[in-house]
Amino acid sequence: MMDKMIFGRYVPAESVLHRMDPRSKLVLIFLFVCIVFLANNMLTYGLLTVYTFLMIALSKVPIRFIYTGLKPVLLLVIFTLFLHLFLTKEGEVLFRLGWITIYEEGLRQGIFISLRFFLLILMTSILTLTTTPIEITDGLESLLAPLNKIKFPVHELALMMSISLRFIPTLMQETDKIMKAQTARGVDFSSGPIKERIKAIIPLLIPLFVSSFKRAEELAVAMESRGYRGGEGRTKYRQLSWGLKDTAMLAMLAALTLVLILLRT
Amino acid sequence: MNEPLVELKNVSFKYDAETGFALHNVSFNILKGEWLAIVGHNGSGKSTLAKLLNGLHFPLEGSITVGGIPLTEETVWETRKKIGMVFQNPDNQFVGTTVQDDVAFGLENHGIERNDMVQRVAQSLEKVKMAQFLNQEPHHLSGGQKQRVAIAGVIALRPNIIILDESTSMLDPRGREEVLETVRELKQDYHMTVISITHDLEEAAKADRILVMNRGQLYREGTPEEIFQMDEELVKLGLDIPFPVKLSKILREKGLPLSRHYLSEEELVEELWTSHSKM
Repeated sequence: MMDKMIFGRYVPAESVLHRMDPRSKLVLIFLFVCIVFLANNMLTYGLLTVYTFLMIALSKVPIRFIYTGLKPVLLLVIFTLFLHLFLTKEGEVLFRLGWITIYEEGLRQGIFISLRFFLLILMTSILTLTTTPIEITDGLESLLAPLNKIKFPVHELALMMSISLRFIPTLMQETDKIMKAQTARGVDFSSGPIKERIKAIIPLLIPLFVSSFKRAEELAVAMESRGYRGGEGRTKYRQLSWGLKDTAMLAMLAALTLVLILLRT
Repeated sequence: MNEPLVELKNVSFKYDAETGFALHNVSFNILKGEWLAIVGHNGSGKSTLAKLLNGLHFPLEGSITVGGIPLTEETVWETRKKIGMVFQNPDNQFVGTTVQDDVAFGLENHGIERNDMVQRVAQSLEKVKMAQFLNQEPHHLSGGQKQRVAIAGVIALRPNIIILDESTSMLDPRGREEVLETVRELKQDYHMTVISITHDLEEAAKADRILVMNRGQLYREGTPEEIFQMDEELVKLGLDIPFPVKLSKILREKGLPLSRHYLSEEELVEELWTSHSKM
């Protein structure tokens, strides 16, 4: 089930995007999310689309892979399209069938907004497809470091993220084990009415919670015995290096932003 | 070999939520370079002892001295550098997302410089024969491999003492042997002192000295041979006598002229297959 989800799934490959500093990728995606809202006509949307597909090409992640991963989200995009199509009542009437009336503005808005949505999802997936979760964590920790001055617990947040990442597969394995154990005891997870199935999850969740708390406690003791006492005076094993390609990529995005501002109406 | 590295004097400890003492008036020394096994059934206080040695708890009464320095809240971080601890559950002590990150975790905590860190990570993993798993994620490793990574994390800090707190109890026989073999090699190469806390007497049989704990008190101490003389007494303490010891005892009762209790299967087999010719 989790295999089909594209979010958080890293595809190893040798590409410019894979080798980029996670910090520059994070900044890039953040800025992209902002400038998507600058587009408001055919030309600007077209430019954004071209840029996005250029990035996909650069990432060397197979299109087929991106497509299968995006399928579940596509439904949401189409839903957005229809929502605007039917609910916007501005501009000229394009089409009328019974009680359904489609207006020009509705069609325009529908296409633009769902396209915006689609591009955002594509770009953020490119980030997670080309960056390992731990790199994202390192990047965030480094980017948020200035917030330390206002007592924001950046190091703790990053550590929390990396520990959760480390334990996801462990907990999945455990869930699987408990599920099998409960199935052996007669719990039916896969059939029956929804209400029954939700009830069946309880004997799965309770042991999972209990063991997670036990794990957390043991982990805390182990960390303390290995000398962990917060972020102060700690050195870092992982290092980030900002290269020419990072600056170049950001410059390219800056140029795109400028063009968008000039071309928008 | 004979100078005491760790000294415990009249140590008592009580958990907040409980009324009885988890440890009561325990005194003993741990000698430099020895392999000391601390055995006892569940709740005998042996794990509490481990936690006290690493400063995870502090004694209510009495004192603990490590390398001549009393263990207190002020000295605890220095002491933790000298005493490395490997816990029971292989999963719940793996902090890093990959093998190398996990080994580096302790080094990062102690503010070791990065260049030094890279070198020590590689060296420690080499030592526990996990060097080829540098970028492996924990869920792809076996229990024994995870424990060896944990050991690498400990030795990267160059401690004098390594405490194994039931470190092999969740492993299969092969994983157990891998881990113990690794520790034996490290003990030799680095002249480390090993404290192994266990309820597996077969593991304890290979130690230099055994402490038997019962109800928070030191019940007996001695060499493995002396301890296994206790026989039925051990069973009463909730400990299981190793198979070769049991077998040699029964064989003796049956009238076989075995000279002593044998602690390991190899010794017993050696005696048995050569004994026939003497009869």
